[in-house]
Amino acid sequence: MTLAVFFGCAFIAFGPSFALFVFTIAKDPLRVIILIAGAFFWLLSLLLSSLVWFIAIKASNSQDLTLQRGLLIFGVFFSVLLQEVFRFAYYRLLRKATEGLAAISDDDGSAISVRQMAYVAGLGFGIMSGAFSMINILSDSLGPGTVGIFGDSQYYFITAALMTLALTLLHTFWGVVFFEGCEKSRWWVIAAVVSLHLLVAGLSLLNPLYEGSLPPVYVITLATGVWAFFSSGGSLHSLSALCTRRKAEGESS
Amino acid sequence: MNTSDSEEDSYNERSALVQSESPTIPSYNQDHDMSLPQETDSKRVSGHEFSFLSCLDEPGPVERERASTPDGEEEELTLKYGAKHVIMLFIPVTLCMVVVVATIKSVSFYTEKSSQRLIYTPFEEDPNSVGQRLLNSFLNTIVMISVIVVMTIILVVLYKYRCYKFIHGWLILSSLMLLFWFSFMYLGEVFKTYNVAMDYPTLVMIIWNFGVVGMICIHWKGPLRLQQAYLIVISALMALIFIKYLPEWSAWVILGAISIYDLIAVLCPKGPLRMLVETAQERNEPIFPALIYSSAMVWMVGMADSSNPGSADERQRNEGGARAQEGVESEDDAAQGGRRRYSAEEDLEEDRGVKLGLGDFIFYSVLVGKAAATGGDWNTTLACFVAILIVSVSTIIYGSVMYRLTYTNRDVFLMFKVYYACRV
Repeated sequence: MTLAVFFGCAFIAFGPSFALFVFTIAKDPLRVIILIAGAFFWLLSLLLSSLVWFIAIKASNSQDLTLQRGLLIFGVFFSVLLQEVFRFAYYRLLRKATEGLAAISDDDGSAISVRQMAYVAGLGFGIMSGAFSMINILSDSLGPGTVGIFGDSQYYFITAALMTLALTLLHTFWGVVFFEGCEKSRWWVIAAVVSLHLLVAGLSLLNPLYEGSLPPVYVITLATGVWAFFSSGGSLHSLSALCTRRKAEGESS
Repeated sequence: MNTSDSEEDSYNERSALVQSESPTIPSYNQDHDMSLPQETDSKRVSGHEFSFLSCLDEPGPVERERASTPDGEEEELTLKYGAKHVIMLFIPVTLCMVVVVATIKSVSFYTEKSSQRLIYTPFEEDPNSVGQRLLNSFLNTIVMISVIVVMTIILVVLYKYRCYKFIHGWLILSSLMLLFWFSFMYLGEVFKTYNVAMDYPTLVMIIWNFGVVGMICIHWKGPLRLQQAYLIVISALMALIFIKYLPEWSAWVILGAISIYDLIAVLCPKGPLRMLVETAQERNEPIFPALIYSSAMVWMVGMADSSNPGSADERQRNEGGARAQEGVESEDDAAQGGRRRYSAEEDLEEDRGVKLGLGDFIFYSVLVGKAAATGGDWNTTLACFVAILIVSVSTIIYGSVMYRLTYTNRDVFLMFKVYYACRV
């Protein structure tokens, strides 16, 4: 049974992102590199924020539970802010790279557009964030053990997997929207992305009240997905064209 | 790239050795080989700033691309490495790391503390006293690095005095040991872990076949994929041995020190590796033996036609290659720091491959394996893995860019030229 849980949760958490990787990224080496670099940037942001949290923890009284919880909340929010800062930093780096690419690419048509980079960067962030959330849980789920034997929720693994999936998709959508906002200098977009991220992180703190955290997060995921679709140039027209004429046009991620 | 064990050393040194037990295929174009260096030399103009991703464009068959400098001057640039080459390196490095991590996590033998130590790390690490432990790990590092330096110098001397037979024998002996003895040990431990009942005749047959096919593939001819697979497997085996027998703190200090040493050995004019490379260059001998991981197979007869430098064809082929070398790397849970790496490039009509020294595979795998062994935490391992990938990307890119920017440094450029497509 543990193997079933392992595979089930692994596929829930990583299935869509793996499919996205295989179908849209794996063929193009440039995108793979941007993906890995995006993952690395997320990693850096996590490292820095966890350093801050760790120092705070060590400097505080470990017996005081409310303080520890407060520090955790602070850590989460600080990490969210730092992740967005690093997303912006990655955007700047990629913009510089595009200029370099544009300067030298002539006959080589494989140069990558900012929108594609936004998608790939967002996916990189998402995959790394999901991996970090999930792999330790997955390795624990291989057993042996019983979930919730001490009175905790028995749905821990599956909700962790669902949350990971939502976060991965969210990071992808946020990447698209964020880069688009930076391109068009629409700062309210950036503020919206940051607040949404903070909201989702805050919702996750409601766990183990899973009813309070998962459905709202999924609603936000759907909404952000629609936003990202329209923000990157998709339209109802292209959707209907997809359905009726089966022609793949330049749609969003 | 130079690690302590003599086999490892020889594997790395082999990279600078001549000799081809490698398959030889007559090249279609013998004339372009020497032409390009002169041309690239004269035509390249430094001073153009590239962002690091600029050389990620995958060049077409014609490798020269025209680019305009900010002041409008046109310059010809050869893009050495497309993103494709970086990916070609990702896959074997990832595979090697996966093998090592999978073994570490499942076979407990390689994480068991043993009282046995390599003779290269004679100082015991006392877990009780931090200062003593630190001191001992530094002493171990000094011993290990000195062994490496001595081995390298011996190799350079042997090479200079043309003792090819001796070097060959040494290499064959070391790959024999890896392919037979270490794989036997590995198989034994795996069987113990999974409680598989195995009899000796079957085992002998398995090991015999594995070893002989490995020797043939690596030192002579064989299908490319099989050769690559064998190289990955022996790198993983070597890395596992290091993970087992290097004491904890010493391992980390050694990893750092090796990077620094490699940097020095390759860049300094009197560095042993550089001298090796230049000697090979002077003698016009082929450099790449079968113990460098190469991602493309077709080798061309080359460099023989140095008397014919002017006959460049219209397809100005890119001869580029740069040497793989390691830079400084400090490894925490997430590694940062730049590495400098130049990978050699194979020049083919249709395809360009990338070469990476086996020492690099081992180095990376030891890093990730140690991370996996020391903590039960998968996050650490994943972080190390991503960091290593980023580091390889950036060093290949940096190598490309650097090679362009330092063309005026004749020495360095010569060194790069040497690592061209495998000439046999």
